[in-house]
Amino acid sequence: MEFFDIFVSILGSAVRLSVPLLFTALAGLFSERAGVFDIGLEGKMLAAAFASACAAYVTDSAWMGLLAGIGVSIVFSLVHGFASITNRGNQIVSGVALNFIALGLTVVLGQAWFGQGGRTPQVSGEGRFTPIILPGADAMREVPIIGPLYVNVISGNNILTYIAFLMVPIAWWVLFRTRFGLRLRAVGENPGAVDTAGISVAWMRYRAVIVAGFLCGFAGTYLSVAQSAAFIHNMSAGKGYIALAALIFAKWKPVPVMLACLLFGFLDAFANFMQGKSVPLIGEVPVQIFQAMPYILTCVLLAGFIGVARAPRAGGVPYVKER
Amino acid sequence: MRPLHIRNSKGRRLSLDPSTVPAIELVGIDKKFGPVHANKNINLGVAKGTIHGIIGENGAGKSTLMSILYGFYQADQGEIRIGGRPTVIRDSQAAIAAGIGMVHQHFMLVENFTVIENITLGVEGGPLLGQSVDRARVELQRLEKEYGLEVDPDAVIEELPVGAQQRVEILKALYRGAEILILDEPTGALTPAEADHLFNVLRILRDQGKTIILITHKLREIMAITDTVSVMRRGEMVATRATAETTVEELAELMVGRRVLLRVEKGEANPGAVLLSVTNLTVKDSRGVTMVDNVSFEVKAGEIVGIAGVAGNGQSELLEAIAGIRKPTSGEILIDGQPVAGLDASRRRDLGLAHIPEDRHHMGLVLKFEEYENSILGYHRDPKYGRGALLDLDAIRADAEEKIAKYDIRPPNPRLKTANFSGGNQQKIVVAREIERDPKLLIVGQPTRGVDVGAIEFIHRRIIETRDAGKAVLLVSVELDEVRSLSDRILVMFAGRIVGEKTSDAGEQTLGLMMAGIAA
Ligand SMILES: Nc1ncnc2c1ncn2[C@@H]1O[C@H](COP(=O)(O)OP(=O)(O)OP(=O)(O)O)[C@@H](O)[C@H]1O
Ligand SMILES: [Mg+2]
Repeated sequence: MEFFDIFVSILGSAVRLSVPLLFTALAGLFSERAGVFDIGLEGKMLAAAFASACAAYVTDSAWMGLLAGIGVSIVFSLVHGFASITNRGNQIVSGVALNFIALGLTVVLGQAWFGQGGRTPQVSGEGRFTPIILPGADAMREVPIIGPLYVNVISGNNILTYIAFLMVPIAWWVLFRTRFGLRLRAVGENPGAVDTAGISVAWMRYRAVIVAGFLCGFAGTYLSVAQSAAFIHNMSAGKGYIALAALIFAKWKPVPVMLACLLFGFLDAFANFMQGKSVPLIGEVPVQIFQAMPYILTCVLLAGFIGVARAPRAGGVPYVKER
Repeated sequence: MRPLHIRNSKGRRLSLDPSTVPAIELVGIDKKFGPVHANKNINLGVAKGTIHGIIGENGAGKSTLMSILYGFYQADQGEIRIGGRPTVIRDSQAAIAAGIGMVHQHFMLVENFTVIENITLGVEGGPLLGQSVDRARVELQRLEKEYGLEVDPDAVIEELPVGAQQRVEILKALYRGAEILILDEPTGALTPAEADHLFNVLRILRDQGKTIILITHKLREIMAITDTVSVMRRGEMVATRATAETTVEELAELMVGRRVLLRVEKGEANPGAVLLSVTNLTVKDSRGVTMVDNVSFEVKAGEIVGIAGVAGNGQSELLEAIAGIRKPTSGEILIDGQPVAGLDASRRRDLGLAHIPEDRHHMGLVLKFEEYENSILGYHRDPKYGRGALLDLDAIRADAEEKIAKYDIRPPNPRLKTANFSGGNQQKIVVAREIERDPKLLIVGQPTRGVDVGAIEFIHRRIIETRDAGKAVLLVSVELDEVRSLSDRILVMFAGRIVGEKTSDAGEQTLGLMMAGIAA
């Protein structure tokens, strides 16, 4: 039974750790399905984390924090769009530049405004998204197997976690059941077809990167005012890149994106659990092995062992009519 | 019909009888792409309910002109009038609204979408796809029946043959209510049967009063289906004729600016030693389907052996196996008496093989390279192009300029990016590169696809000269005329097998039946 308890606790923490990955990977899904590669997910998440920590501290409202996070993240998206859609710049370069800007700017501004070495002050109470206990959690506690799962994994998460998982069917529905989604996918495959069908390629792609900015805003907010209670330097810690890995791993499809994020979240949670523990015969396993797993798995996938991952065909290519 | 009252550009009121107003009028259209003057002060009128052909050499500016009419490019100057009304066509949306539909030279389809998704893209009829797709389905069935344009609405584009993809493009235009339909080289990749089918559809459309503009390099098609025809040369509109009052010879001359020999003239072949021998060759494609089935033949020095067949009957795979791009499952290939089983494409070239691949974009050229770089592609190890580990750029450019002059490649600039040459000139770059190597064995796939009559004549002459210089030539083409006029012997391929051999005087009908697998 003890093993089961450990498993449930790792699972609960896996869900919590996968939330920022999920928001960011879905953001990447919209952007890349429209043909705009987005290395800048990491930077957007970080900038949003900083903005929402500041706003939540100043207004004492987590929701204002979320709003600020989304706003700043969308601004970053628009810069990316301006560089890579309007001016047809290299999407990778633009994304990497935004990552550096976010990394530096958050610390500089944080230090200038709060003087705490780049941190933001702690938020509490209304300034944070706190766990929600779902109805019936107390009653369920005694039920075997399902009880602990319900109490520790399903219930007791903050609102952003539920929104994250709700976003999965919504993203699927938007991409595959609406006009917007049809056009968005088309523009990532063959922008010429979209253009000759009388739709503006640039405006379609802008809308896609705005959606990406919107979702990254949630991811950043989750980091700084839900999971923690303040912004700290580089708190996204490469999650944007892991989200990209998840996106490739999931072959640019919403439900597999969720599963990939859960898998990577689970690896992370497992690494935390294994920290300092020694395994019989082997001894202590370095946590770096688990941390490297998402990348290793993605490499294995890209090497073609788990089927071919076909990226959107026009991905990364600025649309030019006149050569 | 009621007379149309419109205002001209100066605001003056005009009364026009609609029967005399052209459906489309282009006035003074001018367009430059950087230094390239693609359209020079073009004037053109097309009457409603007619099929109007546009012909012209590669790079004459036909696609550009039509793309301006469709709003894909913006003209630098000039006016477009639709049904007599000056119309600003800022983008394709405006063109669609003005009743114009276009089937582009390179299809504008989303390959991993279904037929119905491609057709409704841009005219979904509501923010949600559910009901709008159902409505489209009904409308589509009506169009399919009315015009004989059958396609499965739920098929994915990339799994459809080219002919069906083209029907999707036409349906796309009709679904948007096009009254004017532009087709840019629609028959380039079609089998003869598919082309006939297309022309029947176009006739039905014309008889219903739709106006059609057809761009093609095949003068026979112009004569067969158009009512009027215009000729473009180097960005200018040089002539317009009623089709009934002109001849193929006149059109060819107008196009090229000189008399063109439409027939190939060649002397007797003098076959010598066997330079290519293929024995019991079997080739499977990536899905494991047998594409070449136990094929054996020989090609001798000083002869051209043509392979006739409908596209997709294994000719491409056969060429690739000989060139060393595709590994055969069994059988033997000898080039100049040497077995080549373990040799890659480059080693085979060392043995005296040259290869003009079927698809110049995919295999023949790197479109982003400058012309001179493509002119030595695959031969860059030749000591005459290098100094030790470095390329000798001066030597390469001088060499490229020589080829440009000899093959009349336009514009004559070795520093131009290859993508900026028109299709026919790109093809000449490949032909020049391969033939100028002075190979023992030349294998050629679709040497004149999408190429204008002037260039066809030129390329055909070069191939015959290669033969007369005592080389062996293996030619694959889906153009039966081309195979018949160039080859000394014709092998017919059907379903991966060689079903018969004929001499070059075999009738079109005989060969056609063999190609369809009916006679041997
Ligand atoms: N998008 C573009 N950017 C720059 N130059 C272009 C572009 N499109 C065409 N050109 C150039 O304009 C000229 C006219 O090209 P166009 O494609 O209209 O010729 P075409 O008559 O359709 O030839 P083809 O028979 O080979 O299709 C060519 O020199 C071509 O290289
Ligand atoms: Mg063209």
